[in-house]
Amino acid sequence: MTRKQRRMTIIGGSLAVLALAAALVLNALRDSIVFFSTPTMVAEKHVAPGKRFRLGGLVQPGSLQRGDNLAVTFEVADGGAKLPVAYKGILPDLFREGQGVVAEGVLDANGVFKADTVLAKHDETYMPKDVADALKKQGHWKDDYGKVSDRGKPAATTAQGNPQGAVQ
Amino acid sequence: MIAETGHYALVLALGLALIQSIVPLIGARLRDDALMNVARSTALAQLLFVGASFIALVTLHVVSDFSVANVYENSHSMKPLLYKITGVWGNHEGSMLLWVSILALFGGLVAALGNNLPLSLRAHVLAVQAWIASAFYLFILVTSNPFLRIANPPIEGRDLNPVLQDIGLAVHPPMLYLGYVGFSISFSFAIAALMEGRIDAAWARWVRPWTLVAWIFLTLGIAMGSYWAYYELGWGGWWFWDPVENASLMPWLAGTALLHSALVMEKRNALKVWTILLSILTFSLSLLGTFLVRSGVITSVHAFATDPTRGVFILLILCLFIGGSLSLFAGRAGSLKQGGLFAPISREGALVLNNLLLTVACAVVLFGTLYPLAMELLADFKMSVGAPFYNLTFAPLFTLLLLAVPFGPMLAWKRGDLLGVTQRLLAAGVAGLVVIAIVWAWTRGGSALAPLAIGLGVFVIAGAMTDLAERTGLFRLPFATTLHRARGLPRSAWGSVFAHAGLGVALIGIVCETTWNSEYIATMKQNDVAHVAGYDVKLDGLFQRQGPNFREMIAEFNVSHEGETLSVMTPSKRSFTTRGSSTTEAALLTRGASQLYISLGDATAEGAIAVRIYHKPLVLLIWWGPVLMAFGGMLSLSDRRLRVGAPKPARAKQRLQPAE
Repeated sequence: MTRKQRRMTIIGGSLAVLALAAALVLNALRDSIVFFSTPTMVAEKHVAPGKRFRLGGLVQPGSLQRGDNLAVTFEVADGGAKLPVAYKGILPDLFREGQGVVAEGVLDANGVFKADTVLAKHDETYMPKDVADALKKQGHWKDDYGKVSDRGKPAATTAQGNPQGAVQ
Repeated sequence: MIAETGHYALVLALGLALIQSIVPLIGARLRDDALMNVARSTALAQLLFVGASFIALVTLHVVSDFSVANVYENSHSMKPLLYKITGVWGNHEGSMLLWVSILALFGGLVAALGNNLPLSLRAHVLAVQAWIASAFYLFILVTSNPFLRIANPPIEGRDLNPVLQDIGLAVHPPMLYLGYVGFSISFSFAIAALMEGRIDAAWARWVRPWTLVAWIFLTLGIAMGSYWAYYELGWGGWWFWDPVENASLMPWLAGTALLHSALVMEKRNALKVWTILLSILTFSLSLLGTFLVRSGVITSVHAFATDPTRGVFILLILCLFIGGSLSLFAGRAGSLKQGGLFAPISREGALVLNNLLLTVACAVVLFGTLYPLAMELLADFKMSVGAPFYNLTFAPLFTLLLLAVPFGPMLAWKRGDLLGVTQRLLAAGVAGLVVIAIVWAWTRGGSALAPLAIGLGVFVIAGAMTDLAERTGLFRLPFATTLHRARGLPRSAWGSVFAHAGLGVALIGIVCETTWNSEYIATMKQNDVAHVAGYDVKLDGLFQRQGPNFREMIAEFNVSHEGETLSVMTPSKRSFTTRGSSTTEAALLTRGASQLYISLGDATAEGAIAVRIYHKPLVLLIWWGPVLMAFGGMLSLSDRRLRVGAPKPARAKQRLQPAE
């Protein structure tokens, strides 16, 4: 084999592996990614039952109900719309009424979101970033949402508008 | 006073780094030894001052000086001493200080141990190190000063995030940073080589041990982080394909590729340009990881409080270093001489394939990590790319890689004999097939992929053993000769055997855990018994206990297997009053490599409690694998030919070493 042929072998091999990887990625992108929605977006877009997505919003205060054998139902709200969520299992440590939550699952025929995972991907402000951004975009962001952990300042300020959103 | 001293020491370190960035380069231009030697002194002095600054911050945390904002926000006077110390890097400012301390440590080590480096190479390397250091000192001093005082000091601190109050914090971040930052050395060597326009096999001999050190720590750091997430988060998961985890996986993949390509360069003087590029990419990915974690682009337990200016600053550093180094590479790479011809089927060819698959796998992870961010920025919708994506992309690529792993070390340099190697690997292949058949028969009706994957793991392990057997002439030669040969085998050969076997071990653990994991979730009352994978788990009762800075509710479980009582397991739920948050402390019972795992949910009003019990078969193999890999790395590092700063072995001795 000449030097050139050897080089072509290596380049050909590299291209083959790259093509394989590209094919794998494109194939995976078709059905393995999960979109993020808020209850308002779900209401507007009429998400089909059975389509997997992530639902983010605030747990509606007073909506949490515990059933038999670890079944729980609660509502996720974003200020514009509400969506009932059913989940079976143990809720994460950081799950609270009135605070942010992200759940992954599908809508059933009755319009109930059947979650199979409830994520606790919070930072120390108890607000998932996805939820915070979505709320800011919809104009429902309240300045005190991000400061729940600040025990010295209970949620007293309810100023509308989004001073934090302006920085983004 | 301590805070001001620490701050001042950091400013002095910045000054030293600025001197070190410029003076040695002028020295190299003028061929002035004295000016070039400045780098050595400044690197050591930097280590001294950054070390002092770090110790100052540790002291502030230990004595709970709440007049310092960083201590106030992350500490509590009642916190145990261990967490007062580890809490230093359990926050943004402190972790950045740890980052630069480790950078200074590596710089100091190059200065102290690099006496056999050519003077100008050392000057260049240390100057590049100083550029990185200056950028990060500035970052800390401008945006994240850990020594800021509060005007009206509070009497009590706000405590550390409870999830971080664990021994894992003492080990995971320092290990990970030793890995991340360790790759800065190969980066500096690569930039120095490009600036000097000179690179040879000796260069690779100097770079490889440093890369190896970083790689060992990164391997252990990732494994440790994974085990920590497994037992601390309470869901029994050990890898979530979270962007922050990917941020540590990408440098590992690139670093592993670098380790192998440096081997080709050292032994055969080939793949020079590629090795240089990989050195740059590996450290760039480390910087990208720092950016992703520290900028607040991603929310997780790793991203502490976020601040947009910090993100922009790190992004600038990122662009400057990655853009600068790649432009330098583009401009200078052509001037590096190529050398060392080899046939596609050869050890070099196998290592090229290794590099190809590792970098492509790394690119896939990079894509999966950045795609959601890009989509959010460009198309304004949010989505997540999780395990299903990586199972469809990363897994097939890694399967190909694992299939090739046993072949690589057995191929000869320059021109290999694939057929011969296949024949010699026949036993390993048969072992893999037999295991596939046994596992398949045993778990009939289950997943078809799992037995295949386990067979692949066995093939990789058996392949590593075959390599060893071939080299020592096991079964072919008298046993005494084999022993003698085994003793004479270079440690690096032993190292690669262990590291490759570790891959197979980890694979088997991953497959067993994900396929045959049994889960039991229910509410249990006192004296209820749960049956999980042949174990009887009885809830004996619930107790309250007061910890130093938390209250905890402990559930006591009696575990028995076939009527024989094994142990008492006590998972608990801790509530931390200061932060008003709670954590779940899982209880683990280890049986061989398998584990029984209990974590608690919420207690109901009637005195029952939600309980999650997992049986995880062979789960510990997931972490024994990386430990084996790291052990292999250490063996290889102890090889006298590679020892940092060791003189070259005598010619005669080198000739006696068996061919690899």
